[in-house]
Amino acid sequence: MTPRQPGRMTARAALAGLAAALPAVACLAQQDGRQDGRLSGSAFMSAETREMQADDAANPGMLSVLDGEALWSRKEGAAGRACADCHSDAATSMRGVAARFPAFDAARNAPVNLDQRINICRAEKQGAAPFAWESPEILALSAYVGLQSRGLPITAGEDPRLAPFIERGRGFYSLRQGQLDLACASCHDDNWGRLLGSSPIPQAHPTGYPIYRLEWQGMGSLQRRLRNCLAGVRAEPFAYGAPEYVELELFLMTRAHGMVMETPAVRP
Amino acid sequence: MARTLINIPKQTRRGEVIEIKTLIAHPMETGFRPLANGSLAPRDIINRLVCTYNGEEVFRADLFPAITANPYVAFTTVATESGEIALSWTDDRGQTQTETVAIKVE
Ligand code: HEC
Ligand code: HEC
Repeated sequence: MTPRQPGRMTARAALAGLAAALPAVACLAQQDGRQDGRLSGSAFMSAETREMQADDAANPGMLSVLDGEALWSRKEGAAGRACADCHSDAATSMRGVAARFPAFDAARNAPVNLDQRINICRAEKQGAAPFAWESPEILALSAYVGLQSRGLPITAGEDPRLAPFIERGRGFYSLRQGQLDLACASCHDDNWGRLLGSSPIPQAHPTGYPIYRLEWQGMGSLQRRLRNCLAGVRAEPFAYGAPEYVELELFLMTRAHGMVMETPAVRP
Repeated sequence: MARTLINIPKQTRRGEVIEIKTLIAHPMETGFRPLANGSLAPRDIINRLVCTYNGEEVFRADLFPAITANPYVAFTTVATESGEIALSWTDDRGQTQTETVAIKVE
């Protein structure tokens, strides 16, 4: 190992640990009937985990959805108004919304993700303090809003004003980083379907966020997932809400354009 | 009160085997997790789930550490008559939460 390139060798060692392709995944790709080869993370899960996700009576993410439904009609803040006072029935007003986020926010001249958008309403429309990142409340509201897009195709990124931000996200996705010197693409484009330790590497399509992750024993946002992957290559994760994350989220959603929303998904 | 999710067929026929599915939001702290200061987070789990059907106990489960957070428990019983199915979860602090669901048997 040369001192100037400590990352390379480690990265190779890490990738050498990748096991052979999973035949089950290829089979699922055929069942799925997709021509373009894109697969949701669900396709890489065990049958038990897929069943847990598919059954609303067994999917623990539904507990969070129910919390979100309760928050939706709770009057909050100086304005004393509930989400429902302005947006009435979420099944109508929020249909397809989560599938379109991150979206361009004209006031900020930048994309905002769904959690940020909800907190903007909290601060500006309800006059309440924003919920903390990854707090049960923000996860519950985004899960509840997200559920209203379940089964609908992802449409994020269609707004032309988003183009430069998508490009920045794409750049980040292909950038080698961390002590392991790996890009997102090294795993999710070049090695998906293979095993990293005992975990199959999925294609990184953010179809089901916020998710209930068994490893977390709880709900988490896409940014939490991205932090895990960054920490996995021993890179310094950004703070929650950093523009880099929002651009990356936006790029991932654009890359998954047309795929079906699964919120609240269950992941291992 | 913890959030629960109970799934029981609303309407069924006498003699039918019905499945009761339950979920409850709970951290299920095992008592084995070390905190930053080296001490262990005190155990706090749901240790018992009891189901009664019109007052009669039809199912009981003891739960232990190493059972997942937000535990899901599903079981079956025979639909005998219309009435009320009650589910009670008891935790290490001795608190019991009871939720009831109506069932219609024809
Ligand atoms: C060393 C390989 C590796 C690298 C590099 C990596 N990931 Fe991952 N990623 C994984 C694995 C493995 C999983 C699945 C983990 C599991 O199932 O527990 C995953 C999961 C994900 C998921 C969740 C997909 C779903 O179905 O919910 C997303 C999104 C993701 N990664 C994005 C990224 C991004 C963006 C980067 C770059 C910042 C990145 N990953 C870098 C290995 C990697
Ligand atoms: C006082 C009225 C009001 C309240 C209360 C309110 N909102 Fe909004 N919300 C709006 C308006 C108006 C918009 C459109 C964008 C704008 O003008 O800022 C909006 C936009 C949104 C959007 C983006 C919709 C889209 O199609 O892009 C989401 C998501 C949202 N609100 C969620 C919430 C949630 C969740 C709450 C409760 C925590 C809430 N809002 C409370 C008025 C409100």
